[in-house]
Amino acid sequence: MPPKAPRNFLGLVLIAPALAVVVLLFLIPLCEAVLGAFRTDAGFGLENVSKTYALYSRDIAFTFVIIALSALLIALISVLFSGYLTLGTNARAVALLRWLYRWPLFVPFIVVGQILRTFLAKNGLMNNLIVSTGAVSPMDTIGFLDWRGVVIAFVWKQVPFVTLLLAGAMASLDRGTIEAARNLGASRIRLLLEIVLPQVASTLMVALTLSVVTMMSVLSVPLMLNPHSPTMITVNMAFRINAYGDYGVANVLGLVSFAITGLVAWIYLRATLKENIR
Amino acid sequence: MTVSHEVLAAPAPRMARHIDWSWAPRGILLGLLAFAIFGPLANLLLWAVAESWYFPHTFPISYGFSYWAKVFAPRGGAVDALLTSVGVAALTVALSLALAIPAGYALARLKLPFRALILLALLIPNAFPNLPIYVNLARIFYELDLNGTVLGVVLVHTSHGLVYAVWIGTAAFAAVDNELSEAARTVGAGAFRAFLDVDLPLAAPGLLASAIFVFLESLDEFTGTYFVGAPDVNTLPLLLYTAGAGGNYQIASITALVLLAPSIAFMFVVERFLRADVLAKIGR
Repeated sequence: MPPKAPRNFLGLVLIAPALAVVVLLFLIPLCEAVLGAFRTDAGFGLENVSKTYALYSRDIAFTFVIIALSALLIALISVLFSGYLTLGTNARAVALLRWLYRWPLFVPFIVVGQILRTFLAKNGLMNNLIVSTGAVSPMDTIGFLDWRGVVIAFVWKQVPFVTLLLAGAMASLDRGTIEAARNLGASRIRLLLEIVLPQVASTLMVALTLSVVTMMSVLSVPLMLNPHSPTMITVNMAFRINAYGDYGVANVLGLVSFAITGLVAWIYLRATLKENIR
Repeated sequence: MTVSHEVLAAPAPRMARHIDWSWAPRGILLGLLAFAIFGPLANLLLWAVAESWYFPHTFPISYGFSYWAKVFAPRGGAVDALLTSVGVAALTVALSLALAIPAGYALARLKLPFRALILLALLIPNAFPNLPIYVNLARIFYELDLNGTVLGVVLVHTSHGLVYAVWIGTAAFAAVDNELSEAARTVGAGAFRAFLDVDLPLAAPGLLASAIFVFLESLDEFTGTYFVGAPDVNTLPLLLYTAGAGGNYQIASITALVLLAPSIAFMFVVERFLRADVLAKIGR
């Protein structure tokens, strides 16, 4: 066994380049974002914040609602999917669902934006198919290219991710408790809500936190499906910079997006802390 | 004993009948799900081969490949964008692995001070929405003359892909049996020799999986390229976005299909590369 000190040193040398990249390409821009939000022509101040509030308070609320609604729908659908994958008694239906649900997982967001733009439009394939069944006249169709398109895109893309993690966590649970409760006559919904879900709650929260970060990072989907006001603050950030070179307001909006993801992370951390204390 | 056996066995036939009875709603639900997933994807395929398609026709009026010829013509821009995209992705993989292999080896094998803290530091970039980061990075790159250069885009993609590369790389090295390289050391191999001849080949499948993952993330990346690369470095996602914004749905759909194919292919092979023993060690 070689002495300990040189080994420590070697390890740090091996890891230093990767850490340097994180510092240079993440930490420094992050500090720039925070400082930039309060930098004004007359030194540091809150001018950008009040300007952002005046211009974009509606869009901030809109973003918050879109993210919350998407996260809620993602959680609901993923719990149902993974619950069925774990508790479903019909092998063929379970296999079908397992094969089906994964497809959007590896579809890039930019492609999701493009295919949903053509699919959900007023004259898109979805409405065309509904019209061809005769249920709706061509004049009465509604396009979904607004907030609904953004929510549908987020749910479409993120449900497979959350389901994958949840189903994995559920598969590693102790089958004994589940089978015991089933033998005592618990319905599958009760099994899911009272036995399975509490045990994978932390996985669900991790997956949702990661999903919220992803949704707050995606520029292409809101840019393609909902470019007009009210829109997501991601679109506003790009607009402030491309149209005005206004880094101050863009950075305040950036802080708002950090705050929204921070809120979810805080809910998650509080839940795990409570669990650990118990 | 026999009584309890009967009690346990009793519900089974009832359940079997219950399943037959409920196939109709289950079939409808699975059908709706299939429509929700494959409808948009089929729509993409239709647009890619549609010669003309307008209201109120449910399906394209005529089919053909003339737009494919247009997209892949020398002046169509797609070939250039494809080459740029693949080049950027390959360089991103090379840089990420060059950083992640030593880091992953150190994290998996060596006694490191603050190991948990280091793993966390490498994870933190993924806990923040990256759009504000890219915006400010673009501003810094502008001052360094890195904006609009391939190197700038590669650096942005690396900052995003590195987290995955290090975490999967660490798991890949951790899954290699330590005794094998210890054995190589006892028969006289140096530390570096043992790493090169034992650890590296055995960790290769996991590292390959992380390489493919980083490659695809780079290939599909839009936001960072939009701020740092555009308009000088034109990748496929940027081409798709401009074509779609201009209403050229055929061109956008063909580009989307080119982006989609490797991702879907990866979905089918990922399990072969990422074995369960590696997956179980991610984040440990």
